[in-house]
Amino acid sequence: MNVNTWITIAASAVGAATPLAYAALGELVVERTGVLNLGVEGMMLVGAMSGFAAGVTSGSLLLGYLAAAAAGMLIALLFGFLTLTLQTNQVATGLALTLFGVGLSAFAGRAYVGLPIARVPFVHVPGVSDLPVLGPLLFHYDPLVYLSIVLCVLIAWMLKSTRLGLRIRAVGEQPAVAHALGEPVIRIRYLAVLFGGAMSGIAGAYLSTAVTPMWVEGMSAGRGWIALALVVFGTWKPWRVLGGAYLFGTVTVLQLYAQGLGVHIPSEFLSMLPYLATIIVLVLICRDARTILLNQPASLGRSFYPGL
Amino acid sequence: MASRWPWRLERRAKPSALMRLVSSPLAALAMLLTGFIALSALGVSSAAAFKVFFIEPVSSIYGVGELLLKATPLMLCALGLAIGYRSNVWNIGAEGQFTLGAITGGGVGLYASQWLGSASVPVMLAAGALGGMAWAAIPAYLRVRFHTNEIFVSLMLVYIAQLLLSWLVHGPWRDPAGQNFPQSPPFPDQATLSPLLEGARVNAGFLIALSCAVLSWWFGAKTGAGFRMRVGGLAPAAAAYAGISEARNVWLAMLIGGATAGIAGVCEVAGPIGLLQPVISPGYGFAAIIVAFVGRLHPLGIVLASLLMSALYLGGESAQVELQLPSSITGLFQGTLLFFLLAAELFIHFRLRPVARA
Repeated sequence: MNVNTWITIAASAVGAATPLAYAALGELVVERTGVLNLGVEGMMLVGAMSGFAAGVTSGSLLLGYLAAAAAGMLIALLFGFLTLTLQTNQVATGLALTLFGVGLSAFAGRAYVGLPIARVPFVHVPGVSDLPVLGPLLFHYDPLVYLSIVLCVLIAWMLKSTRLGLRIRAVGEQPAVAHALGEPVIRIRYLAVLFGGAMSGIAGAYLSTAVTPMWVEGMSAGRGWIALALVVFGTWKPWRVLGGAYLFGTVTVLQLYAQGLGVHIPSEFLSMLPYLATIIVLVLICRDARTILLNQPASLGRSFYPGL
Repeated sequence: MASRWPWRLERRAKPSALMRLVSSPLAALAMLLTGFIALSALGVSSAAAFKVFFIEPVSSIYGVGELLLKATPLMLCALGLAIGYRSNVWNIGAEGQFTLGAITGGGVGLYASQWLGSASVPVMLAAGALGGMAWAAIPAYLRVRFHTNEIFVSLMLVYIAQLLLSWLVHGPWRDPAGQNFPQSPPFPDQATLSPLLEGARVNAGFLIALSCAVLSWWFGAKTGAGFRMRVGGLAPAAAAYAGISEARNVWLAMLIGGATAGIAGVCEVAGPIGLLQPVISPGYGFAAIIVAFVGRLHPLGIVLASLLMSALYLGGESAQVELQLPSSITGLFQGTLLFFLLAAELFIHFRLRPVARA
C-alpha cells in the first residue's frame, strides 16, 4: 500500500469516527450531570431518519441537521420527563427509548428507504487543501468534522473552567449538596439531556448524509452503544472520548479495507472487530476498579428527588 | 419548577399494593388508546384497527396457535431476564444468547441427530441452553473479574452472535442443495418440534416455557438463592453486609438468563423455522426486556405480558396485510407500552397531591 492508500484510510477513519464523537460527547455531558441515558442508539436512529427526510424533502442539508437535532431533543425530552420529572429507573427508561427509537424511525422513515441524497460537501480551503499529504489528511473534510473538534474543545473548557461546568459537575457528583446550595438540579439535568439528544440526533444525521448517504432501518448498527462505551473508555473526559472515537473509526475502516483487499478471513469475522474492540477496551479500562471509582460521576444513574 | 403546578408528587408512606397490580393493565390501556388515536390520524378507524389487530389474528385455531407460538420465545427470554433484573444484573443481550442457543442446538440437530434418533430434541434443547449460558458467561465473568458493565458486553455479543450465525449459514453449514441461499439444510424430522395441535404451529416449546414460569416462581419464592438475589437487588449494601456474594448472584442471573434464551433459540429454529438462516428472530430478545418489565418481573405477569406482546406482533403482521401499514408499527407499540408502564410505576411509590395555594 502506498501513501495515498494510507491517507484515504485515515480520512475514512475520521468520517467513521465523527458520528461516534458527536454521540459520545453529548452523552458525556449528560452523564456528568449524573444521568445515564442508554437511549443513544434510539436517538441516533431518529436523528438519522429525520435528518435524511428533512434533507431530501427540503433540499437543504442544513435544515436536515436542524431537524435531526430537534428530533433528537424531542425524544430526549421524553426520556427527561420520565426520569427527571416522574423519577423512573434510568436504565429501563433508556432501554425503552432505544426500542422506541428503533420502531419510530423504521415506521416514520419507510417512505425514504432507497432514496438518494447528496453527501455533505467537503470544505475546500484555497492553498492548504491542495498541499500534498497534509492537504487530504487535514484539510479535506466536511464542516461537521471540524465542528465536532471545536465542540470537544468547548465542552472540555466548559466543564473545566466555567461556572456552568462547575455546576454541572456538582450536580453529577452530589445532587443533594448542589440542591441545598440552591442549584436547580432537575433543570440542569434537563438541559444536559436535551443537549445529549441534539448531539445524538446530529450523529445520526451524519450517518445518513455523510458516512453512508442513505436511510436504512436500523442503520446505526450498534454505534449508539459503542458511543456509550466510549464515554466509559474515555473516563468521562472529552479529549479521551474524542480519541476513543478516532480509535474506533480506525478499527472500523481497517476491517472494511481488509474485507475489500480480500484478506483470507471471512468478512463476518472482520465485521465483529468493532464490537470485540468495544469489549476489550472496556475490560482494559475497568480492570482497575479505582479508575472507574475516581472518574465516574458519583450519582450516575441514580434518581434525585428534590423533595419539591 | 414544580411549585407552579397545581399538583405535586409526594412519596407514599408505603408502596401502593393496588397500583402494583393495576400499573401494567393501565399502561396497556394507555398504549392501546394512543395507538388508536395515532391510527385514526393515519385514516384508519378505531373499530377497523381493533378488528385487524386483535380479533382477526386469533379468530382461528391457527391464529391462536400463532399467538402461543410467538409468546414462547418472549416468555422464555423474559423469565430469565427478570431473575437478573430483580438482582440488579442488567443482561440486555438475550437476543445474542438466543442466537447462540439456535447455533449450538441447531448444530446438534444438523450433525448428530442421525445418531441420537428420538433423543435428538432433548439433546438439542440441552445444547441450546449450554450455548446460551456460554454466551452469557462472558459478560458474567467480565463483570465479576474486571468490573465491566454487563449492559455493554451482553449487547456487543448480540452483534457478534448474529455475525457468527451469518458466517455459518453462508459458509460451513450452508445447504449444498439449497440453490446458494444462505441457509442450512432443513433439520431431519426427529430433530424438529412437531405441532401440538392439528392445524396450528404451536409446539412443545410453549409447554417448556410454561414449566419455566413455574420453575422461576419456585426459584424466586422458595429457594435461598432466589431470596439472596432479591436482597442483592433491593439492598446491595445490606446484602454485602449479610455476606451474600454479589459474584454468585451475577453468575446465577446471567447463566439462568442465558439458558432460557438459548432454549428459546432452539425452539424457534427446531419449530417454525426448521433450519438455520441469517435472521431467526424479529427482535424477540429485545422485546423480552419489555415483557419482563410489563410482567413486573413476576412469572405470572410475564406469562400474561408475553401473550400481549405476541398479540402485538400478530396484529402488526395483520395490519401490514390488511391496512398496508409497515410491520415496524409493532416496535412503535412496544416502545410506547414500556414508556407508559414506567410512568405508571411512578404511582406505586408516589401520589399526586393538590398544592395549597398561598
